[in-house]
Amino acid sequence: MAPLRMKVLIVIAILAAAALIVPHTNPFVILLATRALAFSILVMSLDILLGFTGLASLGQAAYLGVGAYLTAILAARYQIGLGYDFWLVAALGMLGAAVLAALFGLLAIRASGVYFLMITLALGQCVWGLAYRWNSLTGGDNGINLQHRPKFGIDLADQVTFFYVVFGFFAASLLIMYTLVRSPFGRSLAGIRERELRMKILGYNTWLHKYIAFIIAGAFGGLAGVLWVHTAGIVSPENVVLTTSVDALLMAVLGGPGTLIGGVIGASVVLFIREYLSTLVHWWQYVLGGVYVLVILYLPGGLMSIPGRIRQWRAARSEAADTPNLAPARQ
Amino acid sequence: MSAVDAVPVLELKGLSKAFGGLRAVRGVSLKIMPGDRKAIIGPNGAGKTTLFNLITGILPATSGRVLLFGNDVTRWPSHRRTALGMARTFQVTSLFPRLTVLDNVLLAITGRRASKFVMWRFLSSYRDVYDKAHELLERAAFLDRKDTEVRYLSHGEQRQLEIVLGLASDPDILLLDEPAAGLSSGESAEMARFLQKLDRKMAILLIEHDMDIVFDVADDISVLHFGEVLESGTAERIRSSAKVQEIYLGTG
Ligand SMILES: Nc1ncnc2c1ncn2[C@@H]1O[C@H](COP(=O)(O)OP(=O)(O)O)[C@@H](O)[C@H]1O
Ligand SMILES: [Mg+2]
Repeated sequence: MAPLRMKVLIVIAILAAAALIVPHTNPFVILLATRALAFSILVMSLDILLGFTGLASLGQAAYLGVGAYLTAILAARYQIGLGYDFWLVAALGMLGAAVLAALFGLLAIRASGVYFLMITLALGQCVWGLAYRWNSLTGGDNGINLQHRPKFGIDLADQVTFFYVVFGFFAASLLIMYTLVRSPFGRSLAGIRERELRMKILGYNTWLHKYIAFIIAGAFGGLAGVLWVHTAGIVSPENVVLTTSVDALLMAVLGGPGTLIGGVIGASVVLFIREYLSTLVHWWQYVLGGVYVLVILYLPGGLMSIPGRIRQWRAARSEAADTPNLAPARQ
Repeated sequence: MSAVDAVPVLELKGLSKAFGGLRAVRGVSLKIMPGDRKAIIGPNGAGKTTLFNLITGILPATSGRVLLFGNDVTRWPSHRRTALGMARTFQVTSLFPRLTVLDNVLLAITGRRASKFVMWRFLSSYRDVYDKAHELLERAAFLDRKDTEVRYLSHGEQRQLEIVLGLASDPDILLLDEPAAGLSSGESAEMARFLQKLDRKMAILLIEHDMDIVFDVADDISVLHFGEVLESGTAERIRSSAKVQEIYLGTG
């Protein structure tokens, strides 16, 4: 079997196993897993930019914010999105975030490298400023509370049901983004990451390709926001602050940039350390910091590169084991 | 089509480029007809690569015009010029180092196809693109290395892949910037044979220091010196030109 197909099958098997096992654990773990899945949609959207296009964005929380605030405002003020119209709100959240990305992209895409990073950071901070200052709309520092989760035939208030719904969104997002990165368009992004000038000479309007990728990433960030706000029951400026963008970036790096699925691993590890370990020990932040440092220093390909490294290590070891047998023969 | 009413594939009219005070290209005019094989020679720093950068739109021209197939493309971005049927290679190898040989060629093929915008279908499902890649790699004897990441290829192999990428879009004119740069004399000879075998309908504009390749491939040579065309003509004429001998071929 082709190694790629093998990898895809392994990922599907692991995800299916997780979907079956998680509901039988305790409510705390179920909620944690649900949050990790929702957030990992944001991380995967960022990976489209970071891992596949080579654009390190530090403002991805802005799109999560659009999805989350839109959902919260519509629900709290107009009671929209708490029934079957939840689907409409999910679509609106994606659309709103895409529109914002289309706007921000005009400013950010012309830059590259650290300049792109700084522009996305600045734009992200603008969104945070709006969320913080525009009291009448966003509830300012307090944010907006949601009374209950949507109910449409099924009741998302039920933890397991909600887990499966978010899992469904996650799986669909993964499928769509995976198809995207393997498509001719997705491959063009890899070409841009590797050598943009050559791509221009080969006939690609690289600006346009990056711009489209930026908008798509924004849309999925919006979807992550719609789901996230329902996992938390509240949206506040904390969701769009720089730290959230940094989190997403570090999770992508931790899981393995350019792998998509690394996003869910990064999100799970970080959320687990933060939410679970923090209840046990007060020095959990050092653990998280240590994990980041170790991975960035010793695993540039992220946690997803571990199986490959083990294989390499094994191959090298068996080669080394063969050498003594060869040595006498050479003499 | 008679030579009189044929449209030049590429025409330069008084093309100039200044970098601040440095006038790297000065009023270069040039005409290339379909199927022409032309070489540009000149010492290092003469402005040859800069001229290619002006033709392909990597750098904006300071003055003058570039016409591709009769279209004034002087202000066009690179990708639109390519779409008309132009391709180039680089003096400093610019491939996609962490992609495989096959992926490099696939990118080069889709560059001029509308399918480059398709997002809902795997690239691997495009039979025609893969067949084309297969054919190109076979012609350049690269099939056995198609799954090798380009960064692991030797310099000579990378130089050859540069040209394969140029050919992938079936251009009507191919600009080659020192294809033999850094090659051994054996590899250079092989490169010359490869270039000679290329489709005669495709025009070639070649920059090269290796005079064997120049004389093998080009029918017509222009000598660039301090950004200006010093002399133009057949290989014979260039060989015997006193001016050229002086500045480039070395007297004697
Ligand atoms: N982007 C640039 N900015 C400033 N000067 C440049 C640039 N590119 C080339 N030059 C200068 O223009 C001159 C011509 O360079 P180039 O076209 O590379 O010469 P050649 O290819 O004939 O060796 C050189 O003096 C070079 O230093
Ligand atoms: Mg040069």
